[in-house]
Formats: sequence, structure tokens, C-alpha cells
Amino acid sequence: MTSAPARIILICSGKGGVGKTTLTANLGIALARLGERTVVLDADFGLRNLDLLLGLENRIVYTAQEVLAETCRLEQALVKHKQEPNLSLLPAGNPRMLEWLTPEDMQRIVGMVAERADYVLIDCPAGIEEGFKNAAAASREAIVITTPEVSAVRDADRVIGLLNTRGVSPVQLVLNRVRPRMMASQEMLSVEDVTDILALPLVGLVVEDEQVIVSTNRGEPLTLVDNGSPAARAYQNIARRLRGEDVPLEDPSKARKGLRARLMNRIRRTTGLF
Amino acid sequence: MTLFDFIQRLLGRQKPSGTRAKERLQLVLAHDRSDLNPELLDQMRREILEVVQRYVEIDLEEGDVSLETEDRVTALVANLPIKRARPLPALVNAAAAAAPPRKSPADASAPSSDSESSPGQGEEASPSG
Ligand SMILES: Nc1ncnc2c1ncn2[C@@H]1O[C@H](COP(=O)(O)OP(=O)(O)OP(=O)(O)O)[C@@H](O)[C@H]1O
Ligand SMILES: [Mg+2]
Repeated sequence: MTSAPARIILICSGKGGVGKTTLTANLGIALARLGERTVVLDADFGLRNLDLLLGLENRIVYTAQEVLAETCRLEQALVKHKQEPNLSLLPAGNPRMLEWLTPEDMQRIVGMVAERADYVLIDCPAGIEEGFKNAAAASREAIVITTPEVSAVRDADRVIGLLNTRGVSPVQLVLNRVRPRMMASQEMLSVEDVTDILALPLVGLVVEDEQVIVSTNRGEPLTLVDNGSPAARAYQNIARRLRGEDVPLEDPSKARKGLRARLMNRIRRTTGLF
Repeated sequence: MTLFDFIQRLLGRQKPSGTRAKERLQLVLAHDRSDLNPELLDQMRREILEVVQRYVEIDLEEGDVSLETEDRVTALVANLPIKRARPLPALVNAAAAAAPPRKSPADASAPSSDSESSPGQGEEASPSG
């Protein structure tokens, strides 16, 4: 193939439950809708759930394991999204598997996938052990996602240190579950606090948004249906920034008055938080 | 924010929790990044003070050896106000031969201060990971 080499991006966080899988699913769909051939790889086979978020849980037959063992071809293992055929899912393994793939296995399978893709997004398991190391070994660049909370930021810092020593670069930051009102009243780490501390370029800000849960329930990522919710727009913007588009970042806790009021109303409406 | 918190903040008795979060994180990350636990840091601090005190009288109340971190670079920062230089036997002998003014060894690590004329602050930074 003559096209540019695929971007292989690790989505990781250190701490669990901060939004890696949600980001991977939404970013995958958003990139696919922008015309990029995208493969999302679930590197967490013990606790798979990328398939659920994408609504593909009933369509998985094979995994990377079978491809590596040559009991099936790669095309058979890639689960193509019906509405968005530019997107395919590949699970690393199934929960019955007892052993992790080795870093070499991960590199091999990612190398195979990368030949037929523009973007490979690797949904990393939480933690900094085996699963993380394997996934990092196969990645070129990374997005670290965190929430504005002390424990999540601390764990993100650990992960950034490990990525640096492994030569994964660039590493960019997504700040998730931002609550503009709490930030404005300084009852939450601010956007600058987090970027100062972690010293990473910010590629996206995602507010706390009820729609995330609704979309998860349905197995339809927010970026699949243009419902215009704040989180949906945030994920779309991350996809555009990754492709090199200059999309300004707006700190929701600092937005201009009129805009802020509108945004706050919308968040109030969608999240019922305050 | 509860009403109680709000009043505390109005009275200036309590920092907003976001500010506290940042301060606590900066401290804990400086330690995480250097792999130095507080105990080791304390031991190192005592030993550094011991060495420095051999050469100069320092203000122990004001003195401080700590880890600071900026842009993912952690530095060991010693801020030790010098009261005055201690004449050391070795230095006194050497000085007898050489011409004054003499420099105390502490100066070597304090680029901008002259320990004899102005009790300055020695500040030394060594980047580490
Ligand atoms: N911006 C958001 N607003 C509201 N809820 C969110 C947001 N982002 C994530 N969540 C919710 O947080 C929970 C954890 O998200 P997710 O599964 O994506 O995290 P994870 O980092 O992949 O977790 P794990 O470490 O277990 O793999 C989910 O219930 C998800 O719906
Ligand atoms: Mg996950």
C-alpha cells in the first residue's frame, strides 16, 4: 500500500474507570466518519467492553489470538461496524484466556492491522502492569486520559513517565468529566492545574455529560448520531485535532458570559447536576 | 460546596479544595518522580545540612531542602540562608599563604552570592528524570 503509515495510538490512563473505552469508541467512530480507515483494538481481554460500547458484542467470533495462531485470517477476526464500515473492532483475546499475549504478539498483530488502516486505536487496560506494557510496546503515540481528581492525575503521571522511557511520542492529554461549575468555583483542579502538572499538550476537554451513559446503554457512541451533546462535540473535536486540524480548545469554566450561560444551561439540562 | 465551606472561604479560613488538590499533587508527584520517599528525603536533608554546616553557619529555621518539580523535571532545591562562613582549619592554613579575600567552599555551589559580604541564599538544582 502506498498510503502514509498508520497512526498507532495508545489510549491509556493508569487509573481505571476514567473514560478510556468511552474515548476509544467515540474517537474511533468520529475518525471513521471523517473518512479514516480505523481499527480499534481492545487490549483488555480479561474485562472486555469496547465491543459493548460499540454495540458489537454479538458479532465477535475470533480474536487476535486466533489470528496469531493462524486458525483464522485477520479479515475474519476484524468486526466491521455496520453503520460505519470504516471502523473495525479487534479484540485481543477472550476472557477465558489464561495468559496475556506477549509484547511481541501485540507488536505482530498491531503491525498486521496497521497495514490496512489509517488509525489504530489501542484501548489499554487500567494499571501499569503486563496489559499496559504489552499495549505500549505496540504503540507509537499515546493519548493519556484523566479526570480532574488527585488520584487520577497522580496515576496519569506515572503512566506518562513510563511512556517517556519507552519512547512513545507524542503523548497528548484528554481531560474528561470536567464540571465547569465546580472548576469556576475552584472546587476542582482547573484545566491549567492539570496541564501544568502533567506538562502535556491538551488534545481535548470532555465535560461530564449524561448522554455518555445513555449512549453506552444503547451501544451507540455519541459520535455516531449527531445529537449535538457537549461530549459528542468534544470527541469530534479530538478526532479533528488528531488529524492536524486547528480546532480551538475552549475551557468551559472560562467561556464568555453569554456562551458560558448557554453552555451551563445545556449542561444543567443534560446532566441535571445543578 | 456546603454553606459551612462557603463561610469558611469567605472568612479566608479555608482555601478552595481545588487549590489544595494542586498543592498536594505537586508534593506527592515530586516524590513519585524521584522515587524518594519522605523518610529518605529527610535523611538526605539532615546529611546535607550537616555537610554544609561544616563550612558555613546556616539559619536552620529558614533553611529548606526540598524537591520541586516543573515541566516534569524534578530538582532538589536547597535554600540555606548563610549567616556567616566558618573559618576552617584547612582554609585558614591555605589562606595564610595566599592573599585575601578568601572564598569559602560553600560559594562554589552558590553562584550568585558572596558568603562573606552578604549572607545570601545558596541554591543548587540538580535535574533528575
Ligand atoms: N464525560 C463523561 N461524562 C459522564 N460519564 C462518563 C464520561 N466519561 C466516562 N463516563 C462514564 O465513566 C464510566 C467509566 O468509563 P470507561 O469504561 O470508558 O472507563 P475506562 O477507563 O475504560 O475504565 P476501565 O479502566 O475499567 O477500562 C462509564 O460508566 C462511563 O459511562
Ligand atoms: Mg475500559
